[in-house]
Amino acid sequence: MIVAAASPVIPDFGGGGGCARANRTFCWDWFSAHWGDTFQPALLQHLALTAVAVAVGFVIATSCALVAHRRGWFEGPFVTVSGILYTIPSLALFQLLVPITGLSVLTAEIALVSYTLLIIFRNVLTGLREVPEETREAARGMGLTANQMLVRVELPLALPAVVAGVRIATVTVISLATVAAFVIDRGLGAPIFAALQSSFKTEFIAAGALAVALALVADGLLVLAARALTPWAAAGTS
Amino acid sequence: MQAFIESFEFMVDNLGLLAHKTLELLALSGAAIGISLLVALPLGMWLGHLHRGSFVAINVANVGRALPSLAVIAIGIGVLGLGFLNVMVALVVLAVPPLLTNAYVAIEQVDPDAVQAARGMGMSARELFARVELPLGLPLVFAGVRTAAVYVVATATLAAIAGGGGLGDIIVNQASYRFPGVVAAAIWVAALAIAVDLALGVAQRLATPRGLRARGPVLGPSPAAAARSAGTAPVASAPGQGTPPPAGT
Repeated sequence: MIVAAASPVIPDFGGGGGCARANRTFCWDWFSAHWGDTFQPALLQHLALTAVAVAVGFVIATSCALVAHRRGWFEGPFVTVSGILYTIPSLALFQLLVPITGLSVLTAEIALVSYTLLIIFRNVLTGLREVPEETREAARGMGLTANQMLVRVELPLALPAVVAGVRIATVTVISLATVAAFVIDRGLGAPIFAALQSSFKTEFIAAGALAVALALVADGLLVLAARALTPWAAAGTS
Repeated sequence: MQAFIESFEFMVDNLGLLAHKTLELLALSGAAIGISLLVALPLGMWLGHLHRGSFVAINVANVGRALPSLAVIAIGIGVLGLGFLNVMVALVVLAVPPLLTNAYVAIEQVDPDAVQAARGMGMSARELFARVELPLGLPLVFAGVRTAAVYVVATATLAAIAGGGGLGDIIVNQASYRFPGVVAAAIWVAALAIAVDLALGVAQRLATPRGLRARGPVLGPSPAAAARSAGTAPVASAPGQGTPPPAGT
């Protein structure tokens, strides 16, 4: 399929010059020439895939965690099912969905959402359960109903755990969305697969590095978001 | 649905091929896990024993989790070329962080009272580690091994694009194996990952000292969650700080 030996034939990448023709490790010229038509769109598509998956996953997982918070028996089945989904390697899950939903964005999103469920569910539920019993007592003593207590006391106190869950889910989805390029020609995985046809090193490295950078930046930004959202937590943890 | 039926026909017709590719995948994953264990466990446990380097030991998992596996493989292809070396480097880079962090946390979080008591009984540092810290920390170490193993199986599948072989070869080569073959291999990979997860879950249970097993949940706050997806580590103490490392890539 891919032959690394001999001189790889570089298709007409244009604007590359000698570096691209010699297939050196990284050709900055080629990268900057193709930022606009290849990498920037891929990066934006990647962000869109990730945002949709995390948002949908957040709604599903948080609702289920709220249910499990009230009805304890719900936790077991949900964790078992989402745990199995979480364990299935992404390359396999994407392909297993193709016979059902085809080579579509929907296929990619279903798989990506399924990887967020366990993470967010577990963090939300843990956060809610860790609200100290004394705090609940005090809330009850002030005459709060169960719903008021959830909104005004339990959820705010669970916020750091919730944000941590969203952060892990986001980073995970950014990682897995590269694999989605197997089923849809979108995201930063797309240039990687394009590069497989030509074994053009610059394209591999550029797309890979962008994906790594995106994940690290998203991770960092969510840490800052967590601090901004929960100023009171900063005093406690480092 | 037709594709699933055809994929089972493919399985029946190509049992030998699938078995061969499965063994290839297991050998590759096993080698990568072996190397990672040799690198990560001694270092993580040693740091945990000394109660030093928490910043590095915990954050390495955060950074490691953020590394997209396909991107690591792609960069590897660019720098190291196609082949076994690239694949092994990528797998080890991705497997070390969860192992290291869990090994560190496992030893570091051993009840200080137990450590004090052991010191009071006159144990040397080596005895303390071998007879107190290691047995008490072992379940959490195993949780890390479990996470890393599932992650490596998933990534080794992807590594087929870099010449890693294994079941991934079939999944990424639709031209040769047709769609039923791709689906069949995907089913096998999924089953394999779940089997590895379950097998290591059992091993984790067996590694738990009997005294702790009776008390039930050893790892983290929510027993079911901890039992399920590996590496649940200390969700309670610090959410998102080296908490559930990745799996199922």
